[in-house]
Amino acid sequence: MSSVLNSVAALGALFLQFVSALGVFALLLAKILARTTAILKRPRLIAAQVHFLGNHSLAIILVAGLFVGLVLGLQGYYTLRRYGSEQALGVLVALALVRELGPVIAALLFAGRAGTSLTAEIGLMKAGEQLSALETMAVDPIARVLGPRFFGGLIAVPLLAALFSAVGVLGGWLVGVALIGVDAGAFWSQMSDGVDFWNDIVNGVIKSAVFGLAVTHVALVQGYESKPTPDGVARATTLTVVAGSLAVLGLDFVLTALMFGDT
Amino acid sequence: MQGRNLNLAVGAFVLLGLFALLFMALQVSNLGAMSNGPTYEVKAYFDNIGGLKPRAAVKSAGVVVGRVRQIQFDDQQYQALVLLDLDTRYKFPKDSSAKILTSGLLGDNYIGLEPGGDPDNLKNSDRISMTQSAVVLENLISQFLYNRPSESAPPSAGSAKGAGVLK
Amino acid sequence: MGPMTRQANSQSNVVAFRDLSFGYGDRRVIDRVSFEIQAGQVVALMGGSGVGKTTLLRLISGLVVPQQGHVEVFGACLNPKDQQALFDVRRRMGLLFQFGALFTDLTCFENVAFPLREHTTLSESMIQDLVMLKLECVGLRGAAMLKPAEISGGMARRVALARAIALDPELILYDEPFAGLDPISLGVTANLIRQLNSALGASSVVVTHDVTETFAIADRVMVFAPSPTGAQLIAQGTPQELRESRDPFVRQFLDGEVDGPVRFHYPAPPIGKALGLGGNP
Repeated sequence: MSSVLNSVAALGALFLQFVSALGVFALLLAKILARTTAILKRPRLIAAQVHFLGNHSLAIILVAGLFVGLVLGLQGYYTLRRYGSEQALGVLVALALVRELGPVIAALLFAGRAGTSLTAEIGLMKAGEQLSALETMAVDPIARVLGPRFFGGLIAVPLLAALFSAVGVLGGWLVGVALIGVDAGAFWSQMSDGVDFWNDIVNGVIKSAVFGLAVTHVALVQGYESKPTPDGVARATTLTVVAGSLAVLGLDFVLTALMFGDT
Repeated sequence: MQGRNLNLAVGAFVLLGLFALLFMALQVSNLGAMSNGPTYEVKAYFDNIGGLKPRAAVKSAGVVVGRVRQIQFDDQQYQALVLLDLDTRYKFPKDSSAKILTSGLLGDNYIGLEPGGDPDNLKNSDRISMTQSAVVLENLISQFLYNRPSESAPPSAGSAKGAGVLK
Repeated sequence: MGPMTRQANSQSNVVAFRDLSFGYGDRRVIDRVSFEIQAGQVVALMGGSGVGKTTLLRLISGLVVPQQGHVEVFGACLNPKDQQALFDVRRRMGLLFQFGALFTDLTCFENVAFPLREHTTLSESMIQDLVMLKLECVGLRGAAMLKPAEISGGMARRVALARAIALDPELILYDEPFAGLDPISLGVTANLIRQLNSALGASSVVVTHDVTETFAIADRVMVFAPSPTGAQLIAQGTPQELRESRDPFVRQFLDGEVDGPVRFHYPAPPIGKALGLGGNP
């Protein structure tokens, strides 16, 4: 009996932990947004972060996008061939990428690659008292360190997702048209008929923007709140990947239901 | 990172991303196909629009001549009111007819315009009087494809007009 | 504000603690401490490890807020809620962290230039000159283009000192500047603290537990001792006065005695029990 009670208590404690983590997340987000004008006055800093987070993630995003596109092309072809609908390969690959795989996978990869380096960097800055040093030099660490990284991620992730989807479509074309021999005209024309700019592409961009915000901010929060010890930073980077990924997948469900529910 | 190199790198990245978006908008989606030219609006009433959606194509002789702007329900006539935007380049006689058709076996519904013989042409806010609703069989197929909850009433008298015509 | 004007204020207090208590939750770290630091002096805050000396510096720079009492800096009460006032006060002080806290992604030059770039509108060439002068003060002008990872810990601390004085502060705070230094670096650092204080016409507060070096350069020394209710100020005076003090804690601290008011043994049950010896302990 007591073990059941313990389990319930543990569950409750877990839920409370989650709620308070959400609170920390929201508070820091509010602080960063409150300093938006100050942060935007230093575009050079934001650009440096876009470079650090975006340019440096290009390699993995492009390669992953290509592979996903290739696989989609292959799997899609095998499945569609059974119903004699190989010509729909283009629209299959494009919709899968633009609506779901582009925003989600790009965000997950970003969490792993860029998110962890963000967390580690800020955690180490905190451990080395660099953030306190900024404060004593009358420089707001939230505006100077966290802010540019926040906006840098917000700009970089949608661009990365767009690149992922674009390269994926090309990958699908490579397998379907160039290698297997699906009709190129049918591939592209069915695709452009089937993919709606507002419902699919714009919604996909909105998704990737929301994911970008979630993943970047989770990384910032983990770094900023980490314990200033090697163990603390290591734990924080792990949490960045886990919490960031789960947040992306959870938000994906919510956004998909909202955006594509009526179609 | 040196100032100039940083600007170059970041600018290149942003350009690449925007180019990807442009590629998707034009090549992948239907944005390129949509004409942004001037249009005139025409009304049509249907007993059953089947799976017709806003922004569906309006085609004549297979060529896209316009788009469905809006679909409403008229609770005076208990019919669907479809508003069409037709490209001003293309004129149609007043007695043209509008049918709801399906493109291919797996495709979406679109509106097919067949010209009549009237010397006067349709103008802005005119009404197409001869319409043919979506065929019942195609409704069923739409339901299967789009998991739509089945229509509450059985096909009305209006669509019986088109029931016999299989495309 | 040149040295001449500063001397006119030498009788005023640059820092004052008024009945200040501070703690984390229920655990009190600083217990009703009051003292004054006069302008133009080098004052040492001394005490055993972990007594809360670094916390005193954090209170002076407004990084933490007291539960009771208040801190006065430059004659005005420090109110952490007033961002603008805090900003103005922090611009007039420099804090040297224990391990330097240099920005690891910037070169030494850029580290020292940082406060100048953030708070002044000086041209690049002026900043270049100023940074080189500050680095010259600490003897590291040659290391300007190196990154913190490429220099030794002691050198990093000196670069951090150059950064702390970049804006010619009126108050310089040092957090354990002598910890872990070799004899040569010890001498260099002590010398720097004293010279900079005179050259800038500033006041210096040094938190340390190094008796020899500190007594050589300090004008006044304050000794803090731990107690169950937090750290307390138990003695203050010139180095000479303290050397002659009869207070048991001061004596234990200055003479380095193994046991005294600060016990050698951490509180524990008798050793007989721990070794499992039966019968009465």
